[in-house]
Amino acid sequence: MTFSGALSVALPELILSVGILALLVVGAFVGDKGTRPVALGAGLVLVTSAAAACFGPQGAAFNNGFVEDQAAVFAKVVIYLVSAVGLIIAEPWLKRVNGSRFEYPILVLLAALGMGMMVSAGNLISLYIGVELQSLALYVLAAFRRDDPRASEAGLKYFILGALSSGILLYGASLIYGFAGSTRFTDIAAAVQSGAGTGLIFGLVFLICGIAFKVSAAPFHMWTPDVYEGAPTAVVAFLTAGPKLAGMVLFARALANGFPGAVEQWRQVLIAIALISMLWGAFAGLAQTNLKRLWAYSSIANVGYALVGLASGTQEGVQAMLVFMTLYIIDVTGFFACLVALSRDGRPMETFEDMAGLFKERPGVAAAMTIFSLSALGMPPFSGFWGKVYVFKAAAAANLQWLAAIGLLSSVVAAFYYLRLIKTMWFDPTRGTTDASPLDARGVAFVAAAFSFPVVMPALALIDPLSKAAASAFGLN
Amino acid sequence: MSVGLNPYLAVAAILFTIGVFGIFVNRRNIIIIMMAVELILLAVNINLVAFSSFLHEVTGQIFAMFVLTVAAAEAAVGLAILVTFFRNRGDILVDRANMMKG
Repeated sequence: MTFSGALSVALPELILSVGILALLVVGAFVGDKGTRPVALGAGLVLVTSAAAACFGPQGAAFNNGFVEDQAAVFAKVVIYLVSAVGLIIAEPWLKRVNGSRFEYPILVLLAALGMGMMVSAGNLISLYIGVELQSLALYVLAAFRRDDPRASEAGLKYFILGALSSGILLYGASLIYGFAGSTRFTDIAAAVQSGAGTGLIFGLVFLICGIAFKVSAAPFHMWTPDVYEGAPTAVVAFLTAGPKLAGMVLFARALANGFPGAVEQWRQVLIAIALISMLWGAFAGLAQTNLKRLWAYSSIANVGYALVGLASGTQEGVQAMLVFMTLYIIDVTGFFACLVALSRDGRPMETFEDMAGLFKERPGVAAAMTIFSLSALGMPPFSGFWGKVYVFKAAAAANLQWLAAIGLLSSVVAAFYYLRLIKTMWFDPTRGTTDASPLDARGVAFVAAAFSFPVVMPALALIDPLSKAAASAFGLN
Repeated sequence: MSVGLNPYLAVAAILFTIGVFGIFVNRRNIIIIMMAVELILLAVNINLVAFSSFLHEVTGQIFAMFVLTVAAAEAAVGLAILVTFFRNRGDILVDRANMMKG
């Protein structure tokens, strides 16, 4: 492939990179009063990149280091659009809390660029660079409110455990490189085909642990509840959406492209991780009183369900994972948009007590939160139910009926905390009045809620063939 | 006398283990945790360079360069976050990073 051909394959990321540099220069000259134009520019860059990913050429570029296939395109469009939605929530919020700084949209763009690299990774080096680009931007975002002790503690914890996970991931990558003789996934696949030795499997397990940290799957989830609770809500809305999908696609990429000959081995590891995540997310969530913390456990459980799809080791399973994650991140973005929209006497409302009687004061927001809770719980006909149908069907087809049964069981346990939230909002006596909720966050919440219930069924008719084409790109059977 | 591959891998494995233990066992200072993280990355680099030399293949050394560069960026970001933490709290003891639990 010629150099210009390779560049055209990487067009979405080039647009993002150039956009980041240009906006950084604009921000450096104009300062913090230029936050709004920079944010608008960032949103434009994200939408342009999504369009470029959608309509641009596909192929493998830079010595197979960068792969643009159906799966990458699917993930990129979702990630870039959901990052743009994250900006819509965050920018006005920053202004309200007097934390408006032009670096915020640029950091979001950098994280989105890292996620784009992750889903397109064709060798271990681009995998590592993508993961780090995304993580470094997210550490800073988590600690973005530097005057808030809880935010800086969240950033610090995120950084330390993230750095540890990068180290574990890298150690695995170095072993894989050493025993396969190449960093390229296609060459690794060939080496695995001709006999996967202990060294390769060892490296594979380390790699899986490293990525499991990044998607916050149990037992590598320690950072998640603290970071969700401490980080600003608008940041949580961003970091619970795109990065999770990017991490899951990276999982599929590394395992299906690099280790198709060792499916039995990595399936076992993924089954164990998925099982622990689902159970831990359901049971540990029962004791929570803080909603952000609760949804951190909910996200651990949901990553577990997505991993059930991946653990099937089939094309159907990868498709189930893609559909499930897409529906889930719309839910979770909407839920955190609701939390951003709610405040009482200028203080954010984050606990169960704060939510008491919300329905009488803010029926719209309470109804939206009810929809998101029911959807995350997997109640038909909301979107989360359809995601779970895909996942459990794929698991059953791959002879993992017992895992699907445990998944169902754990969602019944998790139903307790979702229903408790609904009960608190609808039937408990109210405790004073909430502040007027801003239109931006409320708008995002209502659109997401509309997606979760009525829109999801026609939307699935569109998502289903797209995700099927995306999953077929991994070449599993 | 030539040294085989295994001693290098053993040194890297020992360094990696020390690094991981440095993060989990250390209960005093966050700076020490960051040093442990650097130790892990150094272990990885030894692995990469040793493999690269024994495979007669240059990719591993290029990878090691990337790791070094990213490690520098990571240390910069980590120290910056640590400074904001120190400004808010007045110390950097591990045991004091406990506003959130559960």
